[in-house]
Amino acid sequence: MSKLVAFAAIQGGYNIVQKAEGIYKAALEEFGPDQKLEFPNTAYYLPINYSLLGIPIKKLGDARKCLDVARKLLPPHIKSLNYLPYLGPLLDAGMAAILAEEIVEGIRYIREPDFYTVAEETDPANGKLWLGAAEDTIFRKRGVSFVDGSAPGFVAIVGAAPNPEIAKAIALEYQRRSIYVFMCANQAGTTFSEQLVEAGVEVGWNTRLVPYGPDISAAVFALGFANRVAMGFGGVTPGDYRRILLYNKDRVFAFVNALGEVNAEWAANAAGCVNWGFPTLADTDIPEILPTGVCTYEHVVANVPLEEIVQKSVEVRGLKTTVATVDIPLAYGPAFEGERIRRGDMYCEMGGSSKTPTVEWVTSVANLDQVEDGKVTVIGPDIADVKEGGSLPLAIKVIVTGRKFQEDFEPILERQVHHLINYAQGLMHTGQRDIGMLRVSKDAVLKGFTIRHLGVILHAKLHQDFGAVFDKLMVEIYTDHDKAVEVRDQARKVYVVRDARVENMTDETTQIYYSCTLCQSFAPNHVCVVSPERTGLCGAYNWMDCKASFEINTTGPNQPIDKGDTLDANLGIYSGANEFIAMASRQAVTNVCFYSMVNDPMTTCGCCECIAALLPMCNGIMTVNRDYSGETPSGMKFSTLAGTMGGGGQTPGFVGHSKYNIIQKKFLVGDGGLKRLVWMPKSLKDEFREKLLQRGEELGIPDLIDRIADETVGLTEEEILPFLTEKQHPALEMDSIL
Amino acid sequence: MSETTNPKVAVPEQVTIDSATIKMLRFAQSKGVETIFDRAVKMKQCNIGTEGICCRICAQGPCRVPLTKGIKEGTEPDNRVGLCGATAATIVARNFIRQIAAGCASHSDHGRSVTETFLAMARREAHDYTIKDEIKLREVAGFFEIPVTEEVDGVQVPRDKWALAVEVGEAALAQWGQQRGSLAYLKRAPKATQDRWEKHDVKPRGIDREVVEIMHRTHMGVDQDYRNLIHQGSRCSLGNGWGGSMMATDLQDVMFGTPYPNTGRINLGVLSRDKINVIVHGHDPLVSEMIVCAVNLPEMQEYARSKGANGYVVSGMCCTANEILVRHGMPIAGDYLQQELAVITGAVEAMVVDVQCIMESLARVSECYHTKFITTMPIAKCAYGKNTVHVNFEEHAALDKAKEILRIAADNFPNRGEVHIPTESNRMVVGFSTEAIKYHLGGTFRGSFVPLNDNIINGRIRGICGVVGCNNARVEHDEVHVALIKELIKNDVICLTTGCSAMACGKAGLLTPEAAAVYAGPGLAEVCETVGIPPVLHMGSCLDNSRILTAATEVVHAGGLGKELADLPAAGAAPGWMSEKAIGIGQYFVTSGVYVMIGVPLAIAGSPEVKRHLEVDMEELYGGKWDYEPDPLLAARKIIQHIDEKRKNLGIDKARERVLLDMSDRQKIEAA
Repeated sequence: MSKLVAFAAIQGGYNIVQKAEGIYKAALEEFGPDQKLEFPNTAYYLPINYSLLGIPIKKLGDARKCLDVARKLLPPHIKSLNYLPYLGPLLDAGMAAILAEEIVEGIRYIREPDFYTVAEETDPANGKLWLGAAEDTIFRKRGVSFVDGSAPGFVAIVGAAPNPEIAKAIALEYQRRSIYVFMCANQAGTTFSEQLVEAGVEVGWNTRLVPYGPDISAAVFALGFANRVAMGFGGVTPGDYRRILLYNKDRVFAFVNALGEVNAEWAANAAGCVNWGFPTLADTDIPEILPTGVCTYEHVVANVPLEEIVQKSVEVRGLKTTVATVDIPLAYGPAFEGERIRRGDMYCEMGGSSKTPTVEWVTSVANLDQVEDGKVTVIGPDIADVKEGGSLPLAIKVIVTGRKFQEDFEPILERQVHHLINYAQGLMHTGQRDIGMLRVSKDAVLKGFTIRHLGVILHAKLHQDFGAVFDKLMVEIYTDHDKAVEVRDQARKVYVVRDARVENMTDETTQIYYSCTLCQSFAPNHVCVVSPERTGLCGAYNWMDCKASFEINTTGPNQPIDKGDTLDANLGIYSGANEFIAMASRQAVTNVCFYSMVNDPMTTCGCCECIAALLPMCNGIMTVNRDYSGETPSGMKFSTLAGTMGGGGQTPGFVGHSKYNIIQKKFLVGDGGLKRLVWMPKSLKDEFREKLLQRGEELGIPDLIDRIADETVGLTEEEILPFLTEKQHPALEMDSIL
Repeated sequence: MSETTNPKVAVPEQVTIDSATIKMLRFAQSKGVETIFDRAVKMKQCNIGTEGICCRICAQGPCRVPLTKGIKEGTEPDNRVGLCGATAATIVARNFIRQIAAGCASHSDHGRSVTETFLAMARREAHDYTIKDEIKLREVAGFFEIPVTEEVDGVQVPRDKWALAVEVGEAALAQWGQQRGSLAYLKRAPKATQDRWEKHDVKPRGIDREVVEIMHRTHMGVDQDYRNLIHQGSRCSLGNGWGGSMMATDLQDVMFGTPYPNTGRINLGVLSRDKINVIVHGHDPLVSEMIVCAVNLPEMQEYARSKGANGYVVSGMCCTANEILVRHGMPIAGDYLQQELAVITGAVEAMVVDVQCIMESLARVSECYHTKFITTMPIAKCAYGKNTVHVNFEEHAALDKAKEILRIAADNFPNRGEVHIPTESNRMVVGFSTEAIKYHLGGTFRGSFVPLNDNIINGRIRGICGVVGCNNARVEHDEVHVALIKELIKNDVICLTTGCSAMACGKAGLLTPEAAAVYAGPGLAEVCETVGIPPVLHMGSCLDNSRILTAATEVVHAGGLGKELADLPAAGAAPGWMSEKAIGIGQYFVTSGVYVMIGVPLAIAGSPEVKRHLEVDMEELYGGKWDYEPDPLLAARKIIQHIDEKRKNLGIDKARERVLLDMSDRQKIEAA
């Protein structure tokens, strides 16, 4: 009975808009029209209003227009007899409610500045549970997982489960499927988020269980996140509401679970979500809307038993999710990657502060018979032999073999060890190679975790993801101190050889580059070309990764490109690369300079780790990484920069690149290279200090790093220029960058 | 009730299913007032004429060439010829396309008068009219490739609506006299449909030119190839469907507002006992719109009271009724066949008519009552009747003329005698323009035809049928429409309706949202319930059949149902047609690729060749064809069979599987 839904939702729309108008009026009287009205650290203003109406709300006074739109959208109430059609009006009422709620949430940031915690992680013990609007840094970092497929979608859970245990079970099932859980609203004061905390589940962006807020209006944070994906990654222009919403319907696989009694205001929000193509599934007996059209499949499905709600939800949304099947006693999936294990929850530790030796090493053998696939050997004491709070050495040696296996793939497989182990609930891993650290939680031990399970994880997952490049794999794990040290020393020798080999690869001596169109699901016209000396701008894919990825899936997003003739060695123009880019971008881009941001730079998908921008007054270049949320001398924050150039466009004067690219020899060499770099955030400088010093030596300016300004020097060109002059920064002596 | 056994009068229960009509027929017969229903009993149809084989084109005739009994097509040589040697095929084809010419001329000339008024309005010479739908004006400008923005100080700003309207009006008017090229609106059709027209060289050059050329080619001794004659009929019909009619609909929408769903009432019961009843009847809304404006003026209400009446009721008949219903929710007194009955209630102070489908008998029937029969158009006067008045409509003084008409009606109120108004009046929801359907399928932000296509593809809706056309005194009033439509919606075929067919649906209660649960199949009912619509959508007047063309085009563009109109699981039907306009409409639907089912035969039976050309060959050429089946249930079966064939061709005859997408599937999604 859609009519009942429509009746309720339209009523709810009126309630919400009317309430919002009251809150707005009071705020206007108290704070005045010039009071700032914003979500924290975002270039997208109040993102739903901005993306759909094209109105950037900056001050309280600006919101008037948007509330007027909301009011005008409210349709007449539905008559009981000979009524007029209500589907369109119902969706309009829902949209009105959502536009109004976003303004209400914006005003909350003025009235109760501490209501929401501006962070990735929560601290419920200290009353910091609600996270509110995600800052752009979080949005970019997390948005990438939607783009690369490691997060298939999100569920907005509204209300509360019957008890904390059921809440935990539902959350766990979504985590297992790698789906983000965005939580809002309450059921008679009880919230799903608090239920999870009560059940001992860690909530926050790091576990993909995001407590947005306790009110239904916090649903706008989820929808705002989705619309930022459309603008930031899809390059859809704010105000182009139809494309924003269709982008979400086709590419952002989100849906709503309404838990508990559904009131008129919830109905309005559910109707609003249908505009996005996001269906609602409820566990109560609400009227259903089954015919398809605005959403891909059903619009509202009722009476879903809670034990089936996850499976039913992904089906209704038309989403295929995979659950990693790893034979261990712990839950497993990307959602558990960010989980923290604090000292109090820890059972034992390897490496880290315990200073025990650790190493992770993937090596290969040519003889297939030498490897017994799936064999896991543990040499030394196991968890059971350690007391609570104790420590163990840990040397993990993975031995692979296969007809197609190449030595070059070893480091790629090795880099997987970190996140593959981290995916297990109850394990926390940091670092890599010989600086790794692993914490095992008490909970994991209680569930029966033993050292052998590390081998089981690596065997199962590496086969699943990289099975195309090797045939057999076995794992040896050493917890015996001397043996572990012995393996570590062997590995260290290999690391030296390996590093030298990769560092010696050059663009000149390599004929085959690789494309990366992984992000085309979100930025349809963007195409990356990855060469040995220009890693992908997301920082996740270097040339070797792309090569392996192609071997694994020959029709996948990484395709070999014969670079063809070198048309300009300095700027990095290659005939073959140009042909490929022209084809893959549907003729939108026909010429690309690999090493220049001034002339025909490479396009950017919005996933970039850093953005370099021209600073004309300093005759140089600045770069900023996405973790840095402050202002920059370009006059724009990272978010604003990414907003102007993401989505697959070519923007001379700007280019996206990876952090690692800064210390690669070809870094913007067409524009003068690293010697042009006049400003970067201090944290980035610190992160790459050692390598930057080394590059300085190579360029004949050993203290180059100290001549580069950062935010402690200044945030405008005027502020940093005296510093550069004083330090005799090389850029000042170079030819005009223009 | 002894009259009902009289062989010279109609048996009410046998000629209509509408209870108000039955009651009024009995009443009329009791009073000895003759109606069209009675005349249909008395007067037989001419057998020669119904077969189309009477040639009256030159003074050597009329020549009649009846088909020899027993001759089956192809079995024996067909040697029938007229004095000049004209074959039966030539005679039938000439008569047929002359009917097309007349039908197209009627709608298109209506379009011309709307366009002239529109242009006068744009030039500020007709102050009583204005631009009510500026969005549509800008859209229409786009069809004529007229820029809607201009550069001011380096910024593109929207152009002044009045200046834009002048250009639109001039461009539109030029379409009638255009001699070369093709009509601007043809480009609105799906590309593949346009390609077919191009291939068969059937694109009209100008609206008038194609009508004139029919008159030339059917003159004695000119075109003697029935295929070539019908080809010209097709070309002329497109000039109406995608020209005169469509532009008229658009410009009326700009001036009077694009219809959006609205509620209304229908049947003779809408007439009032204590108010002045003014019926506006005909097709052209230029006069009726002004009457609707004028009647709400306090001065007119005051005038009515001064005559002892409690105000006015303005109701409509025929398509003028549909025009004021879909835009203003004004009531409908009745359809074409009920026009005499309205006067017979004795409650009608003024029967105000414009053009088309006005029975001359109104003049005589009005004489029996106090009713003033007011003609308004210089092209449509009536020579007879003591109650007949002509108030010449002038666009520059339109509102004044409307007031004059209302005053005549009010002055006539004291002359009213005994009244006999049946109680029937049904509720309905009407006004489904193409724009309105789009809005209601997704709201302001997501409005599109995609949900309709989606539910056609998934089989909840089996197909679409436009059921349109007149009433015809030779078939049972309303029954043919209602029976056909009930059978279609029972089988999940959603119906779009216009004209007098829409009125039959309204009287039968099919235009209420509640009707879906009662009459529609489970799939269609579910969709109707989701959107809140009746299973039969009232899209306007017979002129507004062009809305069915634009809606069908939107369906093609929404994707998944083929490339051209001929691919759609759709059909058209005119079960009770009678006017030449209906032939013009049918031909433009067929030429656009639509299967058209009629319940009253075309006058073509005298030539098996012409019949085969229209019912078989046309499909080869344009994808659409004519078909005739008088039994509405059998007609529905044939329509459903046709829809099922189209579904099969589209590969949507089987249940669709739910597709679950993973990331690599999503990477393959084309750039939006």
